[in-house]
Amino acid sequence: MKAKETKQKQETTQVNNAILENDLILRKRRVRRTKINEGIRYAILAIVGLFMLYPLVWLVGASFKSNAEIFTSIGFLPSEFDFSGYVRGWKTSTEYTFTTYFINTFKIVIPKVILTVISTTVTAYGFARFKFAGKKYLFSILIATLLLPNVVLRIPQYLMFREFNWLDTYKPLIVPAAFAVDAFFVFMMIQFMKGIPKDLEEAAVIDGCNSLQVLLYILIPILKPAMISVALFQFMWTMNDFLGPLIYLSSVKKYPVSIALKMSMDASALVQWNQIIAMSVIVLIPSLVVFFIAQKHFVDGITTSGLKG
Amino acid sequence: MKLKKYEGVIYILPWLVGLMIFTAFPFIASFLLSFTNYNLMSAPSFVGLDNYRTMFENELFKKSITTTFIYVFVTVPLKLSFALFIAYILNFKIKGVNFFRTAYYLPSILGGSVAIAVLWRFLFSDSGLINLIIGFFGISSISWLGNPRYAIFTISLLRVWQFGSPMVIFLAALKNIPESLYEAARIDGASKVSIFFRITLPLITPIVFFNFIMQLVQAFQEFNGPYIITGGGPLYSTYLFPLYIYDNAFKYFRMGYGSALSWFLFIIIMIFTLITFKSEKYWVHYDGGDE
Repeated sequence: MKAKETKQKQETTQVNNAILENDLILRKRRVRRTKINEGIRYAILAIVGLFMLYPLVWLVGASFKSNAEIFTSIGFLPSEFDFSGYVRGWKTSTEYTFTTYFINTFKIVIPKVILTVISTTVTAYGFARFKFAGKKYLFSILIATLLLPNVVLRIPQYLMFREFNWLDTYKPLIVPAAFAVDAFFVFMMIQFMKGIPKDLEEAAVIDGCNSLQVLLYILIPILKPAMISVALFQFMWTMNDFLGPLIYLSSVKKYPVSIALKMSMDASALVQWNQIIAMSVIVLIPSLVVFFIAQKHFVDGITTSGLKG
Repeated sequence: MKLKKYEGVIYILPWLVGLMIFTAFPFIASFLLSFTNYNLMSAPSFVGLDNYRTMFENELFKKSITTTFIYVFVTVPLKLSFALFIAYILNFKIKGVNFFRTAYYLPSILGGSVAIAVLWRFLFSDSGLINLIIGFFGISSISWLGNPRYAIFTISLLRVWQFGSPMVIFLAALKNIPESLYEAARIDGASKVSIFFRITLPLITPIVFFNFIMQLVQAFQEFNGPYIITGGGPLYSTYLFPLYIYDNAFKYFRMGYGSALSWFLFIIIMIFTLITFKSEKYWVHYDGGDE
């Protein structure tokens, strides 16, 4: 009897031990698997990162290469730093240099950014903080214009600006910004404003502030990050805008850098790639600088409104 | 006190005026123009449905619309699945998540630039970097931009490369999913794959929906990439519809025909947007939450 009991006990401990051991193995395996999974994740991220960034890094390196080396080396470091791409590229084959084209670009970008920030803030304020007849419909229209393909407006807009005698001026590119035409930005500002509690504003109204004072002294200080986001996006998009200047500007001396770059690519049958690459790098610099200074604002802006990109 | 009632209207007045002048009026005008012949020299003359009729008989029109469909239905799903995949990985506790997010986001923010199109044309040129790299592995050069069969995919790849902004939106949505849901599923012994398809994906369908519509509308209007990189060639293999509109309107100054083309594209985009909206109830999951 006793022997049987002991034997049974022994068996149970053995089974228990086996279970424990098994458990340990499983746990170890799990830890190992998590480690492996983690490794795979980092590997994917690194490889994708390489695909994302290497072309840009390579572009910068290539801009210092000689024309012959560009087409023969995979590495990004030039065997010998050659600045002639920058020097000749800047001069361009036209009678103007990139100095002119950059000045032109900023003549468009700066007023457009300022007007956009003001007009979208004011419009968003009207939508987010006031009640008026038909507001619901107007808001739906605002959302509808978000989805309205611009392509359908382009021809009549061109004809209209032609009637205004605005062709070959910067007005078609700038003036609409004063009227909050970018529904994206209005929407983004409304979303930001909805997140701000009204207590302060109500207190200010009781203290005798009118609505404009409320906007200027209470809301705008709080809205600053949102306004910066709008400014940054508009800056990027206007810097990059190609089709607008292509349609409206016809004289070379008024071209912004985007058109100038395309022009230098088409200029001669024998494309001087190192010059074009050097100028591409220069064209990207303002955007890159702004992006790295203010990347937090981009991510904030894009997540609150789901902006396009 | 009377003013109070109209105060809001005063603030939205600039937008309202802009809406009339720069959106509503051109919208109607282009519809009317699409029934005319107008070359800027003489007054527009009414031609009825002629523009629409010639359109469907035009070989280039057919070629261009097919190309556009291929482009859109390659680019949008690829871009979105990639964006979601990467966002999913970044949502694990990843060290340096900010670095990766910035790195992936950078191409989208610079992507519209002519400089990036120049870079692309160059990377994929016959003796460009891509061919140098595959040559390194012993594969013979591919004519990425010269072969009509590949050119459209090279153009499409440029936009897929810019998956950063939908990714950032997906990532924000993934972060909003409460951890407790995952824990419950894990206790029930659900695998990662089934957790993804049964919990994660259904919960972010509103964002998928949003991103899909945005990318769709954008892809149908793609202009810069093909215009700068290939000019629509070779053999019109990258001649997307917006290029066809641009050529007619601003190169040949056929404003009437151009308007008809843009209305055609507009209707196509609207149809796809509507289909997406109508299908919403079958696959988009909204919970009663605060969003």
